[in-house]
Amino acid sequence: MTTPSTGTRATRALGGSALGGVGWLLAFGLGFSPSDRNQAESVRILYVHVPSAWLAYLAFVVTAVASGVYLFSKRHALGWDRLAGASAEVGVLFMGITLVTGMLWGRLTWGVFWEWDARLTTTAFLFVTYIGYLAVRRLGGTHEQRARRSAVIALLAVLEIPLVHWSVRLWRSLHQEATVLRPDGEVKMDGLMLFSLFVGIVAFTLLYVWLVIHRQRTMAAEDALEDRGLDAALAARRAEATTVEVG
Amino acid sequence: MAGLVARKDLRVEGRGRVALNQVLPFAFIVMVMFAFALERLPTPANTGDTLLELVAPGLIWLATLFSLLLLVQRSFAIEADDGALDALRVAGVDPVALFLGKASALAVQLAALEAVLLGAALLLYGTELRAGGVVLLVATWLTATCGLAAVGTLYGGLAAGARGRETLLPLLLLPVVAPVLIGATRAVEAALGIEDTAIADGWPWFGVVAVFAVAFGAGGVLAFGPLIDE
Amino acid sequence: MDGAVIELVDAVAVLGRFPALAGATLTVAPGEILLLRGPNGAGKTTLLRLCAGLLPLARGQGRVLGFDLATQRTAVRPHVGLLGHRNGLYLDLTVAENVAFWGATAGATTGEVAAAVTRLGLVGRLADLEVRRLSAGQARRTALACLVARRARLWLLDEPHAGLDAAARDELDATLREATAAGATVVVASHELERAGALATRTVDVVAGQTRDAIGGLGAGRPLSQPSDARQPSDESDGGLA
Repeated sequence: MTTPSTGTRATRALGGSALGGVGWLLAFGLGFSPSDRNQAESVRILYVHVPSAWLAYLAFVVTAVASGVYLFSKRHALGWDRLAGASAEVGVLFMGITLVTGMLWGRLTWGVFWEWDARLTTTAFLFVTYIGYLAVRRLGGTHEQRARRSAVIALLAVLEIPLVHWSVRLWRSLHQEATVLRPDGEVKMDGLMLFSLFVGIVAFTLLYVWLVIHRQRTMAAEDALEDRGLDAALAARRAEATTVEVG
Repeated sequence: MAGLVARKDLRVEGRGRVALNQVLPFAFIVMVMFAFALERLPTPANTGDTLLELVAPGLIWLATLFSLLLLVQRSFAIEADDGALDALRVAGVDPVALFLGKASALAVQLAALEAVLLGAALLLYGTELRAGGVVLLVATWLTATCGLAAVGTLYGGLAAGARGRETLLPLLLLPVVAPVLIGATRAVEAALGIEDTAIADGWPWFGVVAVFAVAFGAGGVLAFGPLIDE
Repeated sequence: MDGAVIELVDAVAVLGRFPALAGATLTVAPGEILLLRGPNGAGKTTLLRLCAGLLPLARGQGRVLGFDLATQRTAVRPHVGLLGHRNGLYLDLTVAENVAFWGATAGATTGEVAAAVTRLGLVGRLADLEVRRLSAGQARRTALACLVARRARLWLLDEPHAGLDAAARDELDATLREATAAGATVVVASHELERAGALATRTVDVVAGQTRDAIGGLGAGRPLSQPSDARQPSDESDGGLA
């Protein structure tokens, strides 16, 4: 008997292309693209850092949109809630990668692990907010309760993250003198470097979609398992009645 | 109905005096601890302000945020003590009214606490008030309090009755209130004239706080119902 | 049945993963005093909370006071009075303040509040004591006074006699009879089979999450053995989120 899996032909094709994309990225990022004038080889970290950041924010948007659809649609289909949850989990992963690679790059380029600029700080806040969101998802209760609570939290995060970004940006603009020593973070990129970056973004996006689909399917399976558990539990509970009478 | 809930919360506080007897001393101790950790002598480089004087506004708001956590926990603990939250649901109290009532009571307690903390800063940190900055100071004080009370009640309602609620609340709440910390601190710095900041520079920061208060006031009204219902 | 106060058909309600109510079928007519009988863990509390509109209906159908439990359970709540294991009072407020607050949530006048307080014998010095200082029985009576002040159409009482002395129990019984005479319906879950049995117009057994009409009437039923407690969470709700 074949073991059930969450793979289908579509996801296998997707996985294959994601793998291929990552392979391309490695080839271009490590091999074909030139090293930067100023930053030498350390610029290659950007080929992972920038796509990860893009993905983290994409995942956040997907979580927010899925939460909104869940809350405001008539049917309140749980599939949207699962999509939000899966996207958040993958998003946390990529957010972690973004922060770590960002810190490595900062250390190599400027000698510091961390910079209090708007982007990094907002990303760190988004990371913590995600973790809070995931904690809320694990509070227990019925599937509908979990879905409603987390959907509300996700939408509040949509409110909060731009506010955080805006206020951090205003705050950092006060500290312009600190950036004299450091360039403002943009790297001049020539054609091949941009292409490698583009490859990275595409590859990571494919990876993201693949991960989210699989995660969502495992979540659906977990939920279905719990529901079937209810049937079994109901049967067991009703059986108690007969044993009680006999006893 | 919101007024009914708010008066009830304030009456409970008036009777039990937990905020007065426990949270306020806590906030005070926090201010003292900050002094222990951060006190430095004035350097010739800056205008002769000690480090504490420079960072006093930030410390006031930090102490406020920590106290907010305690006040929110307390606000919902009185409901959980004897199962009153359930009773509130059965009583058919409109969640919007419940939210506004609890947030208002929280705001009153918070505002009083902040005023005392400002007094503590005047005493302990050598902060000085500036006549021209009073309007900005009061405006920031009131608006930040409203924003914090709204967001605190909202997340407090979520954490109430949840597993690990005491630890969940700080995790959820502190990242969210960052804009208030940033904005209110800068606004108060301008109002007090720290490092000769002009008062006019403080008003954009007040704007940040105001946007936050409006956004989360509205968000709270909408979101509180779904969050506390089973 | 038209005009039935409660109509449940195969209702299932879950606490977390556990089907506390595993298929209850029940019809309650207006003016009845119904006794729910059953061992601990049978699902009586869950049944009451379901009828109060606090729990979602996982399966089956239910109507309370004409409202569909599947879609309108929030609308049920203002018309219902629930007295659970805990009293739902504010420990730092006095008896009078508690009854005034809870009465006000249902729009009761000061006169109605005062009448409720007097009816439950919470007069004089007692009215100005903080609930924290009351005995269990006095606190229970305060909770009942809140219920009286709210003039609910359906009263759902979970072990209301627990902690009351004999005089207070008599008062409670009289209050319940008055309430039904005034048009309310009462459902009581109780272990006090003799007293509650004398009060009730009908008895229903709750066993393992299901209902059945009483076997052999009150007091004459065979003692039901306790089902194993291993799988069951406590019936106790903590008044917060599930």
